[in-house]
Amino acid sequence: MADQTLKKPLLSVTAEKYQTLIKQYTPKPTIIKNVVRAFIVGGIICSIGQIFINLFSSFGLARVEASTAATATMIFLGALLTGLGVYDEIGKFGGAGSIVPVTGFANSIVAPAMEFKREGYVMGVGAKLFTVAGPVLVYGIATSIVVGFVYFLLH
Amino acid sequence: MFEMIVPAFIVGGIICMIGQLLMDLTKPTFTPAHVLVSFVSGGAILGALGIYEPLVKIGGAGASIPLSGFGYSLAKGAMEAVEKRGIMGAFSGGVEATAVGIAAAVFFGYLMSVAFKPKG
Repeated sequence: MADQTLKKPLLSVTAEKYQTLIKQYTPKPTIIKNVVRAFIVGGIICSIGQIFINLFSSFGLARVEASTAATATMIFLGALLTGLGVYDEIGKFGGAGSIVPVTGFANSIVAPAMEFKREGYVMGVGAKLFTVAGPVLVYGIATSIVVGFVYFLLH
Repeated sequence: MFEMIVPAFIVGGIICMIGQLLMDLTKPTFTPAHVLVSFVSGGAILGALGIYEPLVKIGGAGASIPLSGFGYSLAKGAMEAVEKRGIMGAFSGGVEATAVGIAAAVFFGYLMSVAFKPKG
């Protein structure tokens, strides 16, 4: 078998040329693409939230109350779209743009709870609702208590 | 009806970009759960320092819809309650100010989890 003729190389290039070719064909780092997508999707979700704030303000609600009502509405929509399987598709495209808004928080509540429904309504749905919401509430509430305590000491 | 939409888009978009950078630059240690937790605590701390308030004024929903806005509301509520009730306010204020959001998340979350079946 030693006399077997070698196949002609597909690329007749020097080592240096090969290096530049590698660079040319390696996929570009996806970070910039991801960041731009996060900006667009996050921006759109927040714009929808702003439309709800404006809507509730026009009903005569005070600024803070309108903002709270808009947040609750966005949570409802995030939960509904997760149930319908739509939010996962948004998440595949938007990355953090779909995670950081409250709709993403709602998604993190519904997705595991729905998944573990077969384990029952107490330890399945009831417990898994808090897979991510639990840590969020623990750290959020704890931070707010520390903030309040420090504020108390300084005043 | 359409006032503040552009500022909300820009501020909200930038906050989400920061989350994406955190995830991409610290792969794979920083999961979506880590993003949510750090945004809540970060928002609370920025709120306490008075940095988040102007962001809400400029960006409206762009600052209040991201989870950092939830953290800001928690901290703001705690500080306002301390003004009124002293030390007890530190414990009650945060949850009071965000009660609607927390209750909505639990209620709607439960409802949708029961009503829908996961895909696949």
